[in-house]
Amino acid sequence: MLALFALFGTLPAWIGAIGLYPYLGVEIMVWIIFGLGFNLLLGYGGLPSFGHGAFFGVGAYAFGLAQFNVHPNLWLCLGAAMLAGGVAGALVALFISHRRGIYYALLTIAFGQIFWFVAVKWHSVTRGEDGLLNIKRPPWLDDLTSLYIFCFAVFALAVVLLWRLVHSPFGRVLSAIRQNETRARFVGYNVWLYKWLAFTISALVAGLAGGLFALAQQSAYPNVMSLQQSGFVVMMTLVGGGLVSFWGPVLGAVLFFVARDLLGAYTEAWLLWYGLLFMLVVLFKPEGLAGLLRKDVRSHAPA
Amino acid sequence: MFEATHLHKRFGYHVVLEDVSMSFAQGRLTGIMGPNGAGKTTCFNLLTGRYRPDRGRIRFEGRDITALPPRAIARLGISRSFQVMNLFDDYSALDNVLIATPEVRERGFSVWRRFGGSTDVLESVGLAGKAHVRAKDLSYGDRRALEIGVALAARPRLLFLDEPTAGLGTEATARIARLIAELKRSITIVLIEHDMKFLFGLADHIYVMHWGQVIAQGSPAELRANPWVQRSNLGHAVN
Repeated sequence: MLALFALFGTLPAWIGAIGLYPYLGVEIMVWIIFGLGFNLLLGYGGLPSFGHGAFFGVGAYAFGLAQFNVHPNLWLCLGAAMLAGGVAGALVALFISHRRGIYYALLTIAFGQIFWFVAVKWHSVTRGEDGLLNIKRPPWLDDLTSLYIFCFAVFALAVVLLWRLVHSPFGRVLSAIRQNETRARFVGYNVWLYKWLAFTISALVAGLAGGLFALAQQSAYPNVMSLQQSGFVVMMTLVGGGLVSFWGPVLGAVLFFVARDLLGAYTEAWLLWYGLLFMLVVLFKPEGLAGLLRKDVRSHAPA
Repeated sequence: MFEATHLHKRFGYHVVLEDVSMSFAQGRLTGIMGPNGAGKTTCFNLLTGRYRPDRGRIRFEGRDITALPPRAIARLGISRSFQVMNLFDDYSALDNVLIATPEVRERGFSVWRRFGGSTDVLESVGLAGKAHVRAKDLSYGDRRALEIGVALAARPRLLFLDEPTAGLGTEATARIARLIAELKRSITIVLIEHDMKFLFGLADHIYVMHWGQVIAQGSPAELRANPWVQRSNLGHAVN
């Protein structure tokens, strides 16, 4: 964790030297938050949500709408993003928490598409395909350095809290439910409630990431909640090794964006290469990069 | 202490339990035996809330628990092990047991407290030296012992054990037998078992099931004398 914070804490100072730019750091941090929240479901809960981009998008829209219609206070807007993501997640989770496996995955895709459709069609609120433009940053965040520092602070806080969460009794029980739902039920756990909570928290974190995205990008548009976006977070998490490590989504997100910028400089088809990498990982090393880095692969069971 | 009356259960057109009544007295070990497909495990599944009976009532310490889900029944102090092992495979033996303790269960929604605690269950099932071995890396016999350990960790007053010796050799079976004999002194136990010697040595009362019905019951001595049991294969195994 310290290495991660050291890396991102000092990133603006050296990233120019390797031919990249500090804003990339902001993007990566936003996606790491999204990915870590997502991995609470996938890696710890064993619950495949393939429509998670929806909650990222809901957060981004909520940030913009709160700024336009309520009050431009930054904290209020970020709070609105988290709240909207969490409420949307809580509602969806009501309908899916009795399922698991493929049915769970299909339902999350279906719900994800509903959110996307609403974003495109509810023109009077979401401005349709154009989305919300001209979202403003507060004056004290207008330059890139302060934006970076702000995002880093939120990022650090989110990482610490999520780390705490997965190592708490709640996280351990959630992981136990992934390993054996039946047994968890028979030793007295309310499995449904744990799954519901995991989804809600995960969606809330996605909402936070979406809010930060809207702040940084100064816009929110339907594409941020597209199925493709949902696919990216799954890829990052799996490629990075979210199934065996808390840090999987971190590796995956870094690799994803570095691939985008470095490979993208040479070929339009960089995503093809990332996609191929994804397939190779799934076929030959489901534990992902984190699994490669570790000799003794243990699945979420630190002693 | 525990009483089930007139249980019926059908899956589709297939009647799996027909008018089954059983009662388990406090502090005693009750055995259930019978050939494969007799309905023994289905019976356990009804008694522990996995399925609801189509008809019939189940009472525990005077309370009707017929419609309760497994988690609620578990919280009343009824615990079970499974014939096909149901462990938390990625967790260490210790964590398997801890997750089943009431202490961890009560703070399951806590985010700020630590996961952990202490338990002597591993000692009692003979796994003290393997506390930090992952469940999936344990030997078959150790996994069987852990299967009972997880059920014990909840500190039940009534314990259902579904063929705890399935697939075990003589040595390992003897180990489980010693364990159950020890547990019997403090917990009320209901035991499904194929091994007749094993069961007749331990049980105070035995139900014999066949075709989804209870066809005989009594103490081991009574069953040995029962002409029906003597005529069937069961008699051979016992005498």
